[in-house]
Amino acid sequence: MTITLTDYEQSLLDGSAGTGTATAMRLVVRLGEVMGATRLRPIVGAHIDSCLYHGQSGLDFVNLLVQGESSVTVPTTLNVSSLDLIHPELYRGDPQTGIEAKALMDAYVQLGCQPTWTCAPYQLEQRPGFGEHVAWAESNAIVFANSVLGARTHRYGDFIDIAAAVTGRVPDAGLHNDANRRASLIVDVAELPTDTDAVFPVLGHFLGGVVGRHIPAIVGLPATTTEDQLKALGAGAASSGSLAMFHAVGITPEAPTLEAACGDRVVTNRITVTANDLIQARDELSTATGTELATISLGTPHYSITEIGRLVEALAGRAIHQSIHMYVSTGRDVLNEAGLRGWTKTLEAAGVQFVTDTCTYITPIIEPNVGTAMTDSAKWAYYAPGNLGVEVIFGALQECVESAVAGHLVRIPELWSDV
Amino acid sequence: MSSRDLPVTVVVNGSVTGPALVLDEPLSMWGGLDAETGLIIDQRHPQCGQCVTGAIVVMDAGRGSSSASSVLAEAVRLGTAPVGFVMADVDEIVALGSLVAEEIYGTVTPIVVASTTDTSTIRTGDIVSIDSTDNTDNNAILRLL
Repeated sequence: MTITLTDYEQSLLDGSAGTGTATAMRLVVRLGEVMGATRLRPIVGAHIDSCLYHGQSGLDFVNLLVQGESSVTVPTTLNVSSLDLIHPELYRGDPQTGIEAKALMDAYVQLGCQPTWTCAPYQLEQRPGFGEHVAWAESNAIVFANSVLGARTHRYGDFIDIAAAVTGRVPDAGLHNDANRRASLIVDVAELPTDTDAVFPVLGHFLGGVVGRHIPAIVGLPATTTEDQLKALGAGAASSGSLAMFHAVGITPEAPTLEAACGDRVVTNRITVTANDLIQARDELSTATGTELATISLGTPHYSITEIGRLVEALAGRAIHQSIHMYVSTGRDVLNEAGLRGWTKTLEAAGVQFVTDTCTYITPIIEPNVGTAMTDSAKWAYYAPGNLGVEVIFGALQECVESAVAGHLVRIPELWSDV
Repeated sequence: MSSRDLPVTVVVNGSVTGPALVLDEPLSMWGGLDAETGLIIDQRHPQCGQCVTGAIVVMDAGRGSSSASSVLAEAVRLGTAPVGFVMADVDEIVALGSLVAEEIYGTVTPIVVASTTDTSTIRTGDIVSIDSTDNTDNNAILRLL
């Protein structure tokens, strides 16, 4: 497979913009070959996941770019890192690792990326528009961009994200092209009650396990489905599976109708999600039994301003029990907005600890070995046991809040009674 | 037992021989693989606790987080990584980890794609050889020794 490059692209490959950009271009071209592309295409923005520290190799790579005098050529946002620069005292990890993690963050800012430090770049004021091509990494952001915004990104990972930002190019393949964005599986959820928010992350967790490489067209979601609900669904599915795009018929922009979502394909694959599937998926998300709790973690992906508002409402002026540590992860921009609305002060007074720039499941923030953690996030529930070695209980936001106030697990059966 | 050849398509070029480690489910390396030890740590994964170091990992697909490329590159740096991958589908995120490790450290971790019918005939512990250095049209040979 050969890729035809424009004169400009070839010049980048040949080193006209320095050795760092040449390295980046080489990666874009090699990925293009892997994807079967015959040319590259320009992008209008990028979101970088490579700024999260996984070891020396991340620094070694970014230093090739920094020392090669590269910089980004399109507006580029940064994903969560390993450190909370606003609340640095929360980091319990190895100090040396912290220093290296900070060096990695600094290197990406030096390349010209915006220090947004959020896994929910779609909650920033500037976000890609319908039909715009971008290079986004971070699995939940990829799903959201493709599905909810109708922007176009392939499922990019670490390294290629910054390589695309530096070169301004991606392979013209995969989810950038119409033909690869059509639904190939119909998922009927009409049987499910959708008035509980917690149905969405659970449905996402279930879908990730069953859709494989299909792009599902979900039918049966109400027109009132919110962006926060779609975010939770996508994040759950991109954790338990490798979903990069879904259509919600009548809701998401490329699916005004089922026919539009499927394009010219005749789709006969069909799954009907039953209440039983949902209950089973919900129970899969919990590893702990019993009612003792030590930690409650909300905000994976980073809470939106609306979600913080819902937490304020659910707490209704009550305090978190003294035996519980409650964390809420969010972006610094959203935290700023919450501050302006007086919500930060209210929640901190109740005992909530805000976490910005990072997340509680990717870096040591939670006190280890103190007991079970509870979350309203399918993604957190999926990853935390492996990453942190904690036992986890999944619950709806209201269950998390009632548990936080009571100091032990509180279930609200009515929330799930229709399921 | 005589050797068998399986047709495969090259994703990342290279030649390597090693014992197969067959994964019953896709593995997200981020959150699922400890780069320090090479052990699978995803508690929900059927092969949790097994070590990928030096193995040719056979798995249908990649899964989950886009940080998987970083974890693979870091495992290559630390010498805990698999030496190759046989997959049933192209996974760009796994491929990138391999490409970047080659770019930084010069270590080649070949990746090939085979049909699930063929991959299902490979058993953990089988000695497998990937030879794709002189491939034409992206075709190569996967040999079970």
